[in-house]
This record gives sequence, C-alpha cells and structure tokens, in this order.
Amino acid sequence: MAVEAPPRPEAPAPGRGGLRHRLAERGVDRVLLLLLPAVLIIGLLFLYPMIYGVGLSLQPKNGGGPLGNYADFFTDSYQRGTVWKTLKLALPAALINVGASVPIAYRLRGRFRGRRVLTALLVLPVTLGTVLVADGLLRYLGPKGWFNRILLDLHIVDEPVRLIYNYWGVLFSLLITGFPFAFLLVLSYMSGIDPTLERAAATLGAGPWQRMRRVVLPLLAPGLATTFVLAFVLAFSVFPSANLVGEPAGETRVMAIAAYQAAFEKYDYSMASTIAVLMGVFELLVISVTLLLRGRLYTGPAMGGKGS
Amino acid sequence: MTTAVTRPAGLPKRGLPRGRPGTWLVWACVAFFLVNLFALILSVVVNSFGTKWFAGWLPQGFTSTWYSDAWDEFALGEVLTVTLEITLVVVALALLIGVPAGYALARRDFPGKRIVMFLLLLPVLLPPITYGIPLATVLYKVHLAGTMTGVVAANLVPALPFVILVMTPFVEQIDTNVESAARMCGARTRQVFTRVLVPLLLPGILAAGILVLVRTVAMFELTFLVADADSQTLIVALYSAAFTPGIRAAQAIDAMAVIYMALSAVLLIIALMFVNPTQIVAQVRETPAE
Repeated sequence: MAVEAPPRPEAPAPGRGGLRHRLAERGVDRVLLLLLPAVLIIGLLFLYPMIYGVGLSLQPKNGGGPLGNYADFFTDSYQRGTVWKTLKLALPAALINVGASVPIAYRLRGRFRGRRVLTALLVLPVTLGTVLVADGLLRYLGPKGWFNRILLDLHIVDEPVRLIYNYWGVLFSLLITGFPFAFLLVLSYMSGIDPTLERAAATLGAGPWQRMRRVVLPLLAPGLATTFVLAFVLAFSVFPSANLVGEPAGETRVMAIAAYQAAFEKYDYSMASTIAVLMGVFELLVISVTLLLRGRLYTGPAMGGKGS
Repeated sequence: MTTAVTRPAGLPKRGLPRGRPGTWLVWACVAFFLVNLFALILSVVVNSFGTKWFAGWLPQGFTSTWYSDAWDEFALGEVLTVTLEITLVVVALALLIGVPAGYALARRDFPGKRIVMFLLLLPVLLPPITYGIPLATVLYKVHLAGTMTGVVAANLVPALPFVILVMTPFVEQIDTNVESAARMCGARTRQVFTRVLVPLLLPGILAAGILVLVRTVAMFELTFLVADADSQTLIVALYSAAFTPGIRAAQAIDAMAVIYMALSAVLLIIALMFVNPTQIVAQVRETPAE
C-alpha cells in the first residue's frame, strides 16, 4: 500500500526522518495533503456554520437564558406542532416509497426487453424537482383539473375532490419526487441478490410467497433500511411543496417553513438556528433508530456458490 | 438449414415477465402512476400554450405568446446564463477538489479517517435547510450572500462530499501496481495523476460530474436561501413566480416550468447516455451503511 511513502534514507537521521517514517507507517504522508482542501472547505462552509448556528441558538433574542429558545419552541404549541406535522408527512411518504419499490423492483430485475425504457420512465420524476411537481399538481389535481374532471364525468364524485392546498397535495408531491430515488436504490439492492438462491429454494419446494418472505426479503432488509433512511431524509426537508401545494399556515406548516419564517420574515436568526438544530436532531433520531434496528438484521454475502 | 434457431434452455425468456394476478396488480399500479405523472406534465404543457382555460378539457385556443412573455418578464435569458455559470463552476470545483480527496481516502488508512468520513457524510444526510440557514446567516455576515460566489459556496457543501463518496469506490478498483509501474518508469506524482489515474478514472469522474450537474440544477433550498434576484437559478425563479400567483399569469409561469423541464430533460438524456442509473446507485449505496 505504501507506494508513495518517502524513500528510506541511507542513514536515517534520528530526528525528523524517523518521525516521517513512523507517520508514513500509520498512513500519514504527503498523499493526505490531497484531502486537505476538501476538509478545509467542508470545515469552513459546513462545520463552522453549524457550530455558529448552535451557538446562535443559545443566545436568544428575547432573553431567557441560553436554553430560552428551546423552551419557547416546545411551550408554543404552534411551533411544537411543526415537529409532528413534519413527521406525519415524512414517515408515510418514506414508507410508501420504499414499500412500493419492493414489488416493482422484484418484477424489474433480470433482463427483458424494455427494461431500460421502463426504468428510465420510473426515474424520470427525479429531474422534475419539487417545484415543478408542485406546479403540475396545482394544475392537474385542482378543482378544474383533468383528475377531478374524470372523476366527475365518471360520476364517482359529485363535487371536485379537494386534493391541493392541504395535506394530500404535499404527500402526493413527496411520493412523486421521492419514489424514483427509493426505486433506484431498491432495484440495485435487488440486483445484488443472486437469483440462484431463489432457484435453490424453489427446488426445495418453496412457493413464490415463501421464496419472497424467507429468501428475498431477509437478504433485502438491510438495504431497505438504508433506502428508508435516504427516502426519509428527502421527505423530511420538504419545503417548496409544503408552501405551494400545502397549507403553509396550518396543516402543512413543517419545521422547514417555521425555520424559514423565523429567519427571513421575523429576522430572528437565533430562533431560526434553534429550529434548524432541532430539525437535525429529530431527523438524526429517526435515522439512528432505523440504523440500530438495521444492525439486528442479517448482513452478509447475498451470493450462492461453493464455500460460502 | 431452415430450422429456426431455438433459444438455449438456460436463458430466461425475453419480454415482460408475466403470470400470476399479483404481477398484474403491480403492473397496473405502475401504469396508474405513470399515466397520472404523464397527465400532470401534460397539463402544465397544455396550459402553457393555452389562451384561456376556464372549463372544458382543453383551453379555448392555443398560442405561443406566453413563452415570449415569460422570457421577457422573468428575464429568463439572464437567469439561464446564471444557472449555467453557477452549475458549471460548482461541477468544476467539486471535481477538482473532490477527486484528489477521494483518491487520498481510498488509498490511505490514517488515524481519524472515520471522523473525516463522518464529516463528509453529514452534509449528504442532513436536510439542506438545516445547514442552509446557519450557512446563509454566516454568508450574510461576511457579505457573500446574494453574490454568485455565495451561491457557488453554498452549493459546494452537498456537491463536494457527493463527488468524494462516488469517487472513492472507483479509485479502490484501480490496482496500485499500475501506479507503482508508472513510478518505476520515472513518472512524477503529477504525471501519475494526469497520465495514469485520470484516464483510468474518467468514467467515474464523468458520472460524478453529471450527477452533480443534475443535482445543482435541481437544488432549490440552498440557492433559495443564499441567492438574490441577480444570482438566482432557474428553479428559484420558478418558485418565486409560482409562490406569488395572481401577480403573473398562470400560463407564463407554466411556460417557465416547461423551459425548466426541457433543460432537465436534456440533462437527463445526457446523463443516461453516460451512466447506467442502477450502477451509480450501486456505487453510492455502500456509503450510508457506515
């Protein structure tokens, strides 16, 4: 490995050369300088603002001790409610996206004609972005949109169904933008499972449902947990669609909106940092619980063959 | 020899896999999703070409004036230029800094490596708003917010770790013996990079670059928090227009949305020409596990 370790001097000087050599043996040499700019930039643009933000959140504008903002956040039910509203959107969206991806990816693995086209079609919404999807939802699901028109003409409903400017509009936008990511990840995990394992189960008499439940799902479960984490991260930061197709003053006032309003409408950067920090905390909480559960699952080779 | 060539028994059949009712249900759901998605996109496109659309299935007439209106009113020429400039600078910087960093991370085991990895993972895992608001506060303090530099800096935060995380497995695939051989033949470090590593890493660099390009064009939150009217990208301009309905004609907003969609579609086609989506995710998927 130590390809670029400095050449050993003929007669090693006891001082500097020895130290350099010892460092090189632990993997510290000039190659690490290549890492320096990246670490500096992340430190300057990510770590420093985060620490600054945490510090700012502990200096409330309205006084009340270092934890005043946090106390304010949790005593004010309008602010406290945003946590629940965010989770109520993000958790179902992530669960549905991951859950729907499993059967579809199960059918789509292996080779068949049109697989590439179908995959591309399912991945297409990635490029749409939340703003465009929100705009489209306003047109399509609106009271005069095509969706309601079809329902009315088929006499399924008597009045237009209200699907925008409320919870459902935001959930739909999260499903449309989040599904492609979840699907791509699940598909790649699914492709990593050796199909011969399933065939082996079939020769031992397992039916399709048993093969799915006893062979495929256990091997897939760690991947599903990871996918859930990433899908949850995407859904948790819902901001544009909550403003555009949601009810930003009521039902879909998510944490991101509360943070934005504090910063750019009330100019209370301290409170905004508090909400941002809390957002990170709640998100990491869900992620750690998921990863903790994931640790209890089987993780190992998903390949059949001799000696494995 | 007129007999038809028969497929060997071992190969799977081509065509869509079919069979039990469960399979049909899955395909029906996929079809429902795709039909609705298509109708959603189509209603934006139709509206952007329509004159008035109060009732009925289609607008009363069709016109293309909304596009010229939107182009002038939203100054889309400038916005598109700014979008391209910001995106290209972000991609170039992220690659220039990220590829060597990915190399160092792949080749060396050093004390504190796990901390560095964690530090690089955090911007990918945290919602952009979480670090976007403190970052915007800091950028306003040093008077960088509202400038192109500020927008580029904010967009680098998720882009740079992304490049590093994508590049590391690519570097790991390259045999260290190739580098040793180049050194034995007298190549210096710079030459090893430019003559040996970069050509070998080109598929990975290309993939990472295109993905960062797509992500930066679609990145709303960070640009929105940091940019002002002169440094906003197309998606932020679209949001601002859509968020203040009534002031602008809905059709003009939709015209802008269609322009954004066209830009994204072009990028997606370019991306799909160079990268296989499932392979990319397979490269990335190892990262969240640790």
